[in-house]
Amino acid sequence: MTDTVDSRPERPGYVPPIFGDSPEGTHVWQRVPYDPAHYGPVSDFTSDFDHGDPAYNPVAPTVWKELRDGGCPVAHSDRYGGMWVPITHDTVHEVAYDTEHFTSRAVVVAVGRPGDLALPAPIGGAPPITSDPPFHGMARRLLLPAFAPKQIEPWEPEVRKLCRELLDRIGDITPGESVIDAAVQYAQHIPVNVIGRMLGFPAADEDLFRKFVHDALERIAEEPGTRDGMDDLGEYIYDQIQDHRANPRDDLTSYLLNVEIEGQPVNDDIAGGMIILLLIAGIDTTWSAIGSSLWHLAQHPEDHQRLLDDPEVMTFALEEFLRAYAPVTMARLVAKDIDFHGCPMKQDDWVLLPFPAANRDPLKFEDPDTFVVDRQENRHAAFGLGIHRCIGSNLARLELKVAIEEFIARFPRFELAGDVRWSVGQIRGPRELPVRILAVAD
Amino acid sequence: MRVHLDSEKCQGHNRCYALAPELFDVDDYGQAVLLVDGDIPVELQEKARLAASNCPEFAIKVLES
Repeated sequence: MTDTVDSRPERPGYVPPIFGDSPEGTHVWQRVPYDPAHYGPVSDFTSDFDHGDPAYNPVAPTVWKELRDGGCPVAHSDRYGGMWVPITHDTVHEVAYDTEHFTSRAVVVAVGRPGDLALPAPIGGAPPITSDPPFHGMARRLLLPAFAPKQIEPWEPEVRKLCRELLDRIGDITPGESVIDAAVQYAQHIPVNVIGRMLGFPAADEDLFRKFVHDALERIAEEPGTRDGMDDLGEYIYDQIQDHRANPRDDLTSYLLNVEIEGQPVNDDIAGGMIILLLIAGIDTTWSAIGSSLWHLAQHPEDHQRLLDDPEVMTFALEEFLRAYAPVTMARLVAKDIDFHGCPMKQDDWVLLPFPAANRDPLKFEDPDTFVVDRQENRHAAFGLGIHRCIGSNLARLELKVAIEEFIARFPRFELAGDVRWSVGQIRGPRELPVRILAVAD
Repeated sequence: MRVHLDSEKCQGHNRCYALAPELFDVDDYGQAVLLVDGDIPVELQEKARLAASNCPEFAIKVLES
């Protein structure tokens, strides 16, 4: 391949480290001093914040409230080589809008930083989420039409059919006795199937996609260069690209292999990065939102009943689920030193962007820790703020809405039936969600 | 009442189109398009306020007359 945007030399038999994390030779991730002892339980979230502590996600809203009430709009940590965490809506908004001081070159906090073989700013490893202006806008325009509202609406019958099949597959239920796992048996299968179909990947690879998501988003506190799972992801995408080049078809992968940026075909690194973004970003995010919403309904029969009695309220309930249980925290790297509200941020410090915390800021939302099923004013930031607004937001909304509608239609009453296991890291949601089914629709 | 949409601020969250499709459309890129030029009919004014107060980017302004 010649004359592509990236001029990295092609070598015979060389598999590009699209997203890899190889221990030898290539340096997609920088080597940094690493001591696993530095990543133990957090004692103080003000000065030792770590969203990778498994204790964080189950109680995150309490952590944000304590930080805000304690007068700490921006927390800090020495972990991950230095990390800042704005907590208020204003500070999160400010970072999201300031692409001069904060780069999206890497958006998942990890022990390492992108290395010399990683695609540099303004492209990054998974465009456009890892891109900065002006490249960001060019890459984003390639993807926006595929995810615009009118392109996504026609997927509704297929998503509904998928949800019903998953519910059928749960099998016989004895009301009042049967306990199912709403995350494992239901929520986790929905987005993985939908995005797999859109990308044209084999449905049988569903388990593999969840492994990739786990490797990329949950194993963040491991030693750089040892996260072998990232290579598996790169190799899988590389194989899919070869297969789609040999057998083009009507799917997003084939589309992305034929797009051009500024009149030049995109190379495999950029196309592969975009495919990785679509695969990774659409899976555990939506799965988490579905799980958290069902977790809420299992504990709030009054909201559950309202949705059954008044299906129109879903227009508002959907956004309230997204506000109260926003699954996605993003991240930036400091591009240029900046004094941010008294915080001396240095180049290459991480900045976590907890949109879920912004969504519970009392200065922006009335009674933010209360779930109001028909909240009328709701400028939530679940899909981010500014130029990186989640490109899959219309698809995510469709999946979340249909998943809730179908679950409560099938099971008009259910309750929590045990301990919930939460995810670890920037994506927050239940990974195990036992619920006891109290009623089944005829 | 009039409505002003700042297309520079719009990031395609699609909240206005969902809440007030009589007043807002979306283009092929998911960006909001204001459909009404001039005064908002009385029966749509509540929807206009709703669209404005749910825009995460503060891109919609309602100008009460």
